[in-house]
Amino acid sequence: MASNQLTKASGGFQRRKVVDRVMTGIAYAFTAFALVALVWVIAYVMSRGIQVWSLSFFTETTALFGDGGGIYNAMIGTAWIVLLAVLIGVPVGVMAGIYLADFGDNRLGDFIRFTADTMAGIPSIVVGLFIYALLILIMGWNAFAGACALAILMLPVIARTTEGIIRLVPGEIREASLALGLPQWKTMFRVVLPTAAAGIITGVFLAVARAAGETAPLIFTMLGSNFTNTNPLEGAMSAVSLYVYQASSSPYEAVQNAAWGAALVLLIFVLTLNFIARAIALRQKA
Amino acid sequence: MFSILSALAQRIDLLKQVRRGNTGDVIYKVLAYLFGLALLGIVVAIIWELWVQSAFARQEFGISFLWSTSFDPVQAQFGALQFIQGTLVTAVVAVSLAAPLGIGIAAFLVEIAPRRVNAVVGFLVEMLAAIPSVVYGLWGIFVLAPFLRDYVAPWLTATLGWTPMFSGSFSGYSVFTASLVLTIMILPTAAAITRNVLQAVPKEQREGMLALGATRWEMFSQAVLPYAKGGVIGAMALALGRAAGETMAVTIIIGNARRIFTSMFEQGATIASVIAGNFTDADSGAYVSSLFLLGLILFAMTFTINVLARLLIKATSSGPTG
Repeated sequence: MASNQLTKASGGFQRRKVVDRVMTGIAYAFTAFALVALVWVIAYVMSRGIQVWSLSFFTETTALFGDGGGIYNAMIGTAWIVLLAVLIGVPVGVMAGIYLADFGDNRLGDFIRFTADTMAGIPSIVVGLFIYALLILIMGWNAFAGACALAILMLPVIARTTEGIIRLVPGEIREASLALGLPQWKTMFRVVLPTAAAGIITGVFLAVARAAGETAPLIFTMLGSNFTNTNPLEGAMSAVSLYVYQASSSPYEAVQNAAWGAALVLLIFVLTLNFIARAIALRQKA
Repeated sequence: MFSILSALAQRIDLLKQVRRGNTGDVIYKVLAYLFGLALLGIVVAIIWELWVQSAFARQEFGISFLWSTSFDPVQAQFGALQFIQGTLVTAVVAVSLAAPLGIGIAAFLVEIAPRRVNAVVGFLVEMLAAIPSVVYGLWGIFVLAPFLRDYVAPWLTATLGWTPMFSGSFSGYSVFTASLVLTIMILPTAAAITRNVLQAVPKEQREGMLALGATRWEMFSQAVLPYAKGGVIGAMALALGRAAGETMAVTIIIGNARRIFTSMFEQGATIASVIAGNFTDADSGAYVSSLFLLGLILFAMTFTINVLARLLIKATSSGPTG
């Protein structure tokens, strides 16, 4: 069929060349569109955010009225939930990845792999509802629950990255270790995982970057607060992403400005993590 | 219970290993299985909690919840149709815009760009996915919406204003703005997965076509794209699932009007946005339960889309179809 069309078209070689040029141009234009969107968003957030950055912006607590205040308590909140989410999500995710790589070559493994992939597509707001029903109804508003929601969102990413990296570790390394008489678990934790560490860390950085910007599951777990709360197990707590959301609907111009400042903090954090992950991945390849 | 456990233990030869004195490996195996099963357990628990918490709404409103448009906290009457409409319209519009863009970008990266450019531009496009949803929301409402109001909406009103789709006046907060921001947000998903699928197309497929004297476009459109068709459709289905579940940006931008809309310029609400925007205000059992039922519907929608997408991608990555 393809060759038929070709012979038919070969009469108008000039026309075919023009079509080819036009299509190439469209591909360039679409790529340019994506890059323009990227630059537009980042540049605008930077130009607006940098204007409200000052020492007091990082030492004062948030306010959703008047002069907008700072984001000190929100940064503490984000630090807490990211830390807790990593502490919960990384061990569970890595172990699940180990399961998939070491014991997952059967139908149950295929099923769990498929579940992990579809789990990555569960909307974060639904995970928020789940955590609300599971923890908030019992414990009341708290940051730990928010961290649990973020950990669930990180799990499939870390599990699948870990599995992929472990499978890349050459079989000879593993066989050498087993031949020396090391049991399977020592081989995994002493030989295979250290070899795969850089790749797993890359996955963790990307998962953290995603979790740090998440907002939806925090709305009805941490709730947000204008006061400094350092106890993640009790009481509402603010987070940078949560503050951006709440400030975005404020009628006060100063609060809207503060939202841009907070958005810039978030953006720089997330982009830096992505760059570091990228750098580790590249160095590993070289 | 015990019989299940012992059957499982036998299946993975645990007892044999304990007898051999290999206790460390037995613990390792059991732990690995437990954490693997934990993934499964979490998904099951999510479905279970949504089901249990929505029990009141399911009994109260029954199946008619799906096509009811009432949303009246005072009378405790709730429905889902307007939110299903909002979710489907924004997601479908976003994907139909992101699909050609994503395929174009993937084609540029795989077929046109030199390897170095491919790596850098590919990374930059993926950066679009790294920007937090809430930042997109802020940008959408304070930057994109005024831009659309000043430059795009007048032109759309002039050319397509006679259709119901673009009738009425445009005021920043709208289904239209939300759909466009969603387009940008799912673009990296659409582009990155399509790129992977295109890269998996064998070289021979291209070389054969070029040897016949085809131009690059003819090669791409007749030998590469048909071969990768299933995977590309899968990529778009994944992007659709993303768009349907996207919450924060949409909540900030769409205006959260809890009624059916007829024009893209009107305000609306999606399932995700109504949950995010109203959950902390929900003051009655019926209200909370209805929001959980909406969450269950959203879960069912995105889960179905994702499973279909994964099956499509899996089916095409294992063999040619075109």
